[in-house]
Amino acid sequence: MNLLRSLATISPRGVLKMWERDRRAFRKVFWVSMVPTFFGPLILMLSLGTGVGTLVSSVQGLTYQQFIAPGLLASSAMLGATYSCTYDCFVRLKYQKVYDAILATPLNIEEIVTGELFWGATRGLLGAGAFLLVITAFGLAKSPLALATLPLLFIVGLMFAVLGMTFTALISDVSLFTHYFTMFVTPLFLFSGIFFPVQNLPSWAAGLIEATPLLHCVRATRCLLNSQVTGQFWWDILYVLAVTLIFFMASIYLMRRRIVK
Amino acid sequence: MDPQTTTPALSADKLTKSFGAFVAVDGISFAIRHGECFGILGPNGAGKTTTVKMISAVSPPTSGRLNVLGLDPARDPRSLKAAIGVVPDENNLDIDLSVQANLEVYAGFFNFSRAQATAKSRDLLRFVELEDKAELDIDELSNGMKRRLLLARALLNDPRLLILDEPTAALDPSIRHQLWDKMRDLKTRGMTQILTTHYMDEAARMCDRLIIMNGGKIVENGEPLALIEKHGQPDLEGVFLKLTGRKLEE
Ligand SMILES: Nc1ncnc2c1ncn2[C@@H]1O[C@H](COP(=O)(O)OP(=O)(O)OP(=O)(O)O)[C@@H](O)[C@H]1O
Ligand SMILES: [Mg+2]
Repeated sequence: MNLLRSLATISPRGVLKMWERDRRAFRKVFWVSMVPTFFGPLILMLSLGTGVGTLVSSVQGLTYQQFIAPGLLASSAMLGATYSCTYDCFVRLKYQKVYDAILATPLNIEEIVTGELFWGATRGLLGAGAFLLVITAFGLAKSPLALATLPLLFIVGLMFAVLGMTFTALISDVSLFTHYFTMFVTPLFLFSGIFFPVQNLPSWAAGLIEATPLLHCVRATRCLLNSQVTGQFWWDILYVLAVTLIFFMASIYLMRRRIVK
Repeated sequence: MDPQTTTPALSADKLTKSFGAFVAVDGISFAIRHGECFGILGPNGAGKTTTVKMISAVSPPTSGRLNVLGLDPARDPRSLKAAIGVVPDENNLDIDLSVQANLEVYAGFFNFSRAQATAKSRDLLRFVELEDKAELDIDELSNGMKRRLLLARALLNDPRLLILDEPTAALDPSIRHQLWDKMRDLKTRGMTQILTTHYMDEAARMCDRLIIMNGGKIVENGEPLALIEKHGQPDLEGVFLKLTGRKLEE
């Protein structure tokens, strides 16, 4: 009940003002932020796409490059949002005391956090959007449905923003993000069907991965880029939306508990 | 009669704040008149900042009542925060933004339009004599400049109540005098002020009335001169040391 009351205080204008603060602050770090979200996937696509591509003639009827491009795209949105809502937000929260400063204005903690989450999703979309242009230039996104990946990538970013923010709200030391990346983000990146079909794994492992978040993003992005929207696509979208909603509430609750003393 | 002269700008009644079992502010009651500069003194850990945070609606009281400018901070934090300004005890300027952008973005939180925000920021930079630093990064400012920028930021919304938590800590005498001049200037415009400080000369100079806190409680209150006389001390520092249990010659 308290959580619902707290969510009800969120005004879109407050969220937008927080988002604008982040947009203005972003100019300074634009290129740095493009390294993991744009250049990272690009390098992988060029190296693995061509290198492994000579070993693998086709995966599920696609060339290897065609196969990995959508997953790299989804992972780009994941990484942009994750960096934004982990390291960046933690520094603003704990060291720069930005949230304390803004709390002295009419904005409340709910709006600050929601603004940060939408900014995280925006950052995910920026890197992924740039990468989408490259994919298109490579001729890997021919269908007009490829445009629909933009809103999808924003939602992917939002999901990883709320997940990252939840972790941020819980930890006391910045070094703990190493665990988040080593034990969560990197395994997701490697096992979520970006580089090989999950069905190639033992069935227990495939079942386990079905519960994790990135797989659904990869599958949904692949559907759109190859214009094959199936029933599974809608299940994947539903999964992403549900996880986003649950962890949105968790991150708001935990941040309020942490900051308002 | 003008209601402003009859109702206080702020009244606290048995205001209490606990952190777990620890009572940081222990049932304090006081009232602040419109247009006065009100001092909150006390040794480290006395509960000054905790009190200020309750007044400025960022920390909910554990119990007691608080009325600030006719509003209850716990019930209507948004309206209250729109009406007050806070110079915090620690520098929390936004290092990702330039000097002027710090003010402009902050003005946005008070719902200024882009043009209003820019105009107001320029005005205030002039007021705190930082107009030639507008494009610098926060890291490039001296301590005194940062403190002046914090003051400018607290003034963006033309607050009716200005709260200054140790605004001159660790500043050189000339910058302190400069800040005092600004505070006097604001006071002549009718702005009510709350000042916490460890400098007794500052309190004696600036405050119309003050409270001295110790261990979360108010141990004395009144006008600086009256307190000096009452306790038979040469100055406010003597009163402070007498009441907070520390001897001058230690
Ligand atoms: N979030 C918190 N959790 C637990 N204890 C706290 C918290 N904030 C303050 N305290 C405690 O409350 C007491 C009063 O702290 P406060 O910051 O109000 O003191 P102060 O009078 O402003 O001191 P100073 O002159 O050093 O600024 C201290 O003992 C402090 O440790
Ligand atoms: Mg203090």
